[in-house]
Amino acid sequence: MMQEVMRAASDPLLKVENLVVEYVVGQRVVHAVSDVSLQIARGETLGLVGESGCGKSTLGRAVLRLRPVVSGRVIFDGEDLTAMQGEALRKMRRRAQLIFQDPIASLNPRRRIGDIVAEPLVIAGYDDAGRRQQLVYEVLSAVGLDPALVVDRLPHEFSGGQCQRICIARALVLNPEFIICDEPVSALDVSIRAQILNLLEEMKIRFGLTLLFIAHDLAVVKAVSDRVAVMYLGRLCEVGPSEQLFTKPAHPYTELLIEAIPVPDPDVRPAESVAVGEPPSPIAPPSGCRFRTRCPRADQRCRDEVPELRPVAPGQYAACHHPLT
Amino acid sequence: MNDAALLSVEDVAVDLPTPRGNLRAVDRVDLALGAGRTLGIVGESGCGKTMLSRAILQLLPKKARLTGRVMFDGRDLARCSAEGLRKLRARSLAVVFQDPMTSLNPVLTIGTQLTETLLEHLELDASAARKRAVELLAAVGIPEPEQRLTQYPHQFSGGMRQRVAIAIALSCEPKLLIADEPTTALDVTIQAQILDLLAREQRRRHMAMILITHDLGVVAGRTDEVAVMYAGRIVERAPTPVLFKKMHMPYTEALLAAIPKLEAAPHTPLPAISGRPPDPTRPLAGCAFSPRCRYASDRCHSEKPQLAQAEARDHRYACFHPIKLAAGVDA
Repeated sequence: MMQEVMRAASDPLLKVENLVVEYVVGQRVVHAVSDVSLQIARGETLGLVGESGCGKSTLGRAVLRLRPVVSGRVIFDGEDLTAMQGEALRKMRRRAQLIFQDPIASLNPRRRIGDIVAEPLVIAGYDDAGRRQQLVYEVLSAVGLDPALVVDRLPHEFSGGQCQRICIARALVLNPEFIICDEPVSALDVSIRAQILNLLEEMKIRFGLTLLFIAHDLAVVKAVSDRVAVMYLGRLCEVGPSEQLFTKPAHPYTELLIEAIPVPDPDVRPAESVAVGEPPSPIAPPSGCRFRTRCPRADQRCRDEVPELRPVAPGQYAACHHPLT
Repeated sequence: MNDAALLSVEDVAVDLPTPRGNLRAVDRVDLALGAGRTLGIVGESGCGKTMLSRAILQLLPKKARLTGRVMFDGRDLARCSAEGLRKLRARSLAVVFQDPMTSLNPVLTIGTQLTETLLEHLELDASAARKRAVELLAAVGIPEPEQRLTQYPHQFSGGMRQRVAIAIALSCEPKLLIADEPTTALDVTIQAQILDLLAREQRRRHMAMILITHDLGVVAGRTDEVAVMYAGRIVERAPTPVLFKKMHMPYTEALLAAIPKLEAAPHTPLPAISGRPPDPTRPLAGCAFSPRCRYASDRCHSEKPQLAQAEARDHRYACFHPIKLAAGVDA
């Protein structure tokens, strides 16, 4: 079964195999990511959605080895990241970058924009200051800022949308192949959000990027992703091509997420209480299917048996004993 | 203005002195809201929607200067004494803020925070207040309310904290509830639950509600009327169905278009609004939206459009080049 999921994307840049990430809090263990496998093809955008605390950010960080992994493997461009140490890991990380949710908090308030964007170059050993400046200017123009007006200013002089442009510039300056965008537009207004999403799409083509796009807003994820993975309480519920996942969701949780999106049309009466309850604690996740405590279709089997990801349509996989399709 | 209005905001302006000069946060706003009615106020960050709500609540920063009148339940709030305002805010004028973590006191139990208002303003005794607190928590959908009363805010999830904040706001049966971005910090699924809860309690208590948000999707099915704000002014106001079907203001259209649509194919470029709102300390001579507007003409850059009456009743807009949606719409 796993092999089929693996074959879904040819020529993967990133492969995650049976990844497990846990945190110890006092005496207890938080099951943040439990046995997650996925892959991202070169040039593809994989969307990763789920509610707060479902482990999507932890998964993103663990992929770059920014969180210790309990078990499983992360293969980046054919090399096992989980086995890498020291200089080799550092070199590999230059090819992969991160963009975070809060653009203002992720910029050092005391440093000038020019220095912030040049920092990755300094760390990567670009000794020639002139060359660094040239690269910084190029990348700032690429993200729609005027380098001459921007480099000497401090982050507080910029709006949230502009700060996110600066963060994107910093992520692009080393010309990476892979970027993890962790809720990059959640803190932004609707109008600015559209600008940043369009910019990410443009940059993806221009720099030939592969993206892992993490967000809790399905409409945002759909706007940019080729395929979408839905995560719930540390496990993947469903993976499939964006269009298909939204028109024919197979997992009840995917359906719930879709129904919860507010529709900007006064004739569409919001369905009352589509969403039942809140996710349980990842410290003591429910047995069997982790979604069963909120699922209208749950029965004894869901309690006893962990559902595996199974194909429900070409390219679409769902981990559910009672799929909708 | 409607005589029967519970709240009427008359020519209200809020000015804030800043090192860069005077900042007009709210620019001559008129609004009226009847008892039991719901109004959505929509706009981007910095458009003045929160300042307007603060002006209504009389919770403006000390250095802010308010002009105009805020009439609530027959009283001019600007002329109320501090004590009178305190009573009013506790009893009939309640608010729910965006961030439930910072609006609750982290070192007091939920029970203490809930009963505080009940003891003080409803003059209930301790056991009656406790009983009422349990009822309120149950009403906002918190399981095991008895046990929850003894817990602290950090023991609640974001959605549960917002439910507690709503319970506190509802505790004295307010006539008007102002919800300022109540779901912006929450997940989509929890957002739907909180909006349902607010709508249900609003109907059940026949309470008026102002729902402030940057997301037109949030107000669409849940308000009677919508006011769109831009650069401190109301630029369009209409009954909700009219606004969505016959919007005249290009800014409203642009805001709606910028929302990613679930029906759209992946990688469809979004019609973003280019640029950003003008610097509020440097007001423009013309329409504040003109630099970002695709319909703008010379007149828009030099003259400020006033709110004009549209063909539909109660529909007003501030634009020289109103858009006409779809053929067949009466123009």
